[in-house]
Amino acid sequence: MIAELGHFALALAIAFAVAQAILPLWGAWRSEARLMRAAPALAIGQMVALAVSFGCLVLVSVNDDFSVQNIAENSHTLKPMLYKITGAWGSHEGSILFWCLILSLCGGAVALFGRPLPASLRARVIGVLGVTAFGFELFALLESNPFARLWPPPLNGRDMNPLLQDPGLAFHPPILYAGYVGFAIPFAFAVAALLEGRIDAAWGRWVRPWTLGAWCCLTGGIALGSWWSYYVLGWGGFWFWDPVENASLLPWLTGTALLHSAIVVEKREALKTWTVLLAIGTFALSLSGTFLVRSGILNSVHSFANDPARGVFILGLLALIIGGSLLIFALRAPTLGSSGLFAPVSREGALVLNNILLCSIAAVVMTGTIYPLFADLLLDQKISVGPPFFNATVLPLATPVFLAMSLGPTLSWKRAALGPAMIRLWWASVAALIVGLFATFGMKLLPALAMAAAAWMFFGALAEIVERIRLFRVSLANSFQRLIALPLSTFGTTLGHAGLGVTVAGIAGMSMATEQVVLMKPGESVALAGYEFRLVDVHDAKGSNYNARVATIVITEGGKPIVTLMPERRSFTTQTMTTTEAKISTNFVRDLYVVLGEERDGAAVMRLHDNPLAPWIWFGALIMALGGACSLADRRLRIAAPTRATARAAARA
Amino acid sequence: MTRKRRRLIVVLVCALGLGSAAALTLSAFNSTLQLFVPPSRIATEAPRGGRVFRLGGMVEPGSVQRINDNGHPGARFKVTDGGATVSVDYIGILPDLFREGQGVVTLGSLRPDGSFAAQEVLAKHDETYMPPDVADALKKSGRWSPEKGTPPASALWNAPAWNETAKVGG
Repeated sequence: MIAELGHFALALAIAFAVAQAILPLWGAWRSEARLMRAAPALAIGQMVALAVSFGCLVLVSVNDDFSVQNIAENSHTLKPMLYKITGAWGSHEGSILFWCLILSLCGGAVALFGRPLPASLRARVIGVLGVTAFGFELFALLESNPFARLWPPPLNGRDMNPLLQDPGLAFHPPILYAGYVGFAIPFAFAVAALLEGRIDAAWGRWVRPWTLGAWCCLTGGIALGSWWSYYVLGWGGFWFWDPVENASLLPWLTGTALLHSAIVVEKREALKTWTVLLAIGTFALSLSGTFLVRSGILNSVHSFANDPARGVFILGLLALIIGGSLLIFALRAPTLGSSGLFAPVSREGALVLNNILLCSIAAVVMTGTIYPLFADLLLDQKISVGPPFFNATVLPLATPVFLAMSLGPTLSWKRAALGPAMIRLWWASVAALIVGLFATFGMKLLPALAMAAAAWMFFGALAEIVERIRLFRVSLANSFQRLIALPLSTFGTTLGHAGLGVTVAGIAGMSMATEQVVLMKPGESVALAGYEFRLVDVHDAKGSNYNARVATIVITEGGKPIVTLMPERRSFTTQTMTTTEAKISTNFVRDLYVVLGEERDGAAVMRLHDNPLAPWIWFGALIMALGGACSLADRRLRIAAPTRATARAAARA
Repeated sequence: MTRKRRRLIVVLVCALGLGSAAALTLSAFNSTLQLFVPPSRIATEAPRGGRVFRLGGMVEPGSVQRINDNGHPGARFKVTDGGATVSVDYIGILPDLFREGQGVVTLGSLRPDGSFAAQEVLAKHDETYMPPDVADALKKSGRWSPEKGTPPASALWNAPAWNETAKVGG
């Protein structure tokens, strides 16, 4: 009964989506205020219907209703309650429904918070979101119905993939999806602006917070996914340049570019056409990323819940949405016009450079990700593109980004000089030099250079604040007052840039990681990176739905015990599957990471890693997301957009 | 500076960015692309001289041995696509989903004696999964084809007569 209610709510949501796709767009075209005013109510109606539908799916999952196919295939009575709830978005069908739910939340957010928007723009934005939502809800209902019944119902379910039964992964999909789908709002704004035939600073001011919100979620989602693969898969790595990972990195790169070009639109009314194209492109990459991987068109070693049979519908839908928006772009973009002149060396110039470089990196990553597909289809060659390709192409392109990143924020708008900017950053370059020299003692050349670049980014980001509070040039109290008076978005920039510096430092440190695979008998010990790893014993343990072998490892440094780690090897009974639980001891400067392998002749195969600076990778990502949130909280973004007249005046000034 | 010159500079920087991206891509393609080679075509197509490529097929049932390389544990197993078999050595911990009779993709290079030294063994995190490359290789060697149905669960493939079980499962 609950399943039918959920099914009905989904159908109702589609009805709302159809109305939301047609009425506001029609109303905006014929300038009928009545139809335009219907938009928010329709968007909220759709949101409520989908929330009910998703709530039903969670309820069905919690109740262990195995007559629902989706639940029978992915759940089990013994599965812990947390995973019964989170399992609702873990399966293919559930994740699509969840995707639609977030899209409808975006529509609802525009309806609720978009009141100060011009009526026709708001109606068009909601209308475009309605068109997109309609497509994907139709897919959920026709091709991947999460409420399909099964007859006769099995006594028990097939259980969820044990690798997914982890708190980190339970919350990774919602955050990542919020990031992917969040870019639907800038996309809708872009298409609406094209339909409207007008883009001004107010538009930029509206698009930026939504982009920032989506970008924060995407950053957090990617970091959480990478962290999960680090501690759950037990491979000891954090990024494998796998299609699934690249699919999330691509919209992140173009989304970061969008974030920066939207500033130029907002402040200087330049780069309008380009920003619109970026907004469309970012959402297109989000869509194709999620769905190319899910449909099994691109194959990956660690994607879950994919189903090639549904590929055709998805491909058609993608072609329709992406092709349609690009067609509108081609027809309408020339009407936008451009304004706002600037010299090549200026804040705008630096932001353009950022865009060019980020898009070049995105192009390279995209080529590497989809080339195997083309090689297979066109040349009949089985080829794979591995990490060496991405390292060889992404690093050289990322280097100028790192170098220019600290310089950009110190340049002034319109016209700037490089010399004074360099002088203002002198102490950041000195710091980078010292860190780089220091790093050469313990590291190879390339990681040492990366450390120097990281220090340059970190201190360069701080330099912006130091400059603005005139530290050591006025009294400390005065500096402090200036610090408090700084707009939050300044801290946002600083945190975002410094966070990337921390992440790069972490990656550089991680490239110095050492590992050892050894056969150990209880009582034996192995030395690695100045630590002594002693295997005490291997014993049995029992969990709620698995049996485990647990090793006890004592790690000592110079005879003093530091930590006892107990890595596990779990056998899940219902899925006849084994997983390794790596155990990590971290002191924020290095991770000691141990994995228990199989046992043979009374000895256990152990893999021991020493990962310097590894936690910094995710810590840096967290700082970046925090920076985004900081910018988002800035009062200037929340107050009403300026009228066109003042924006014009500001642009001319 | 005129508008025209500014625009020219932007276009030039764009061209430089995308041009270097293209140049990097092409040069990296030259040196880092990894071919996928099934065992039956290893004699004709596999790159020699220690160049890394992917070898994929089914792990031959009963072929997995444990080896020990100076205290570093590893495994030796045979990979087959029905047409030929190649012996693979791997030092390290095999993935959790590595099973006899199941599809596997390994990354490594050929030794002069014709055996394969694997640096990496890839297995999917899902037991019913069959790497598409391996499925294709099996199809070409006539062992299994998608028309006969989906490949059966890997647990069934552990039986010695996995070919028979495959038919039942399919």
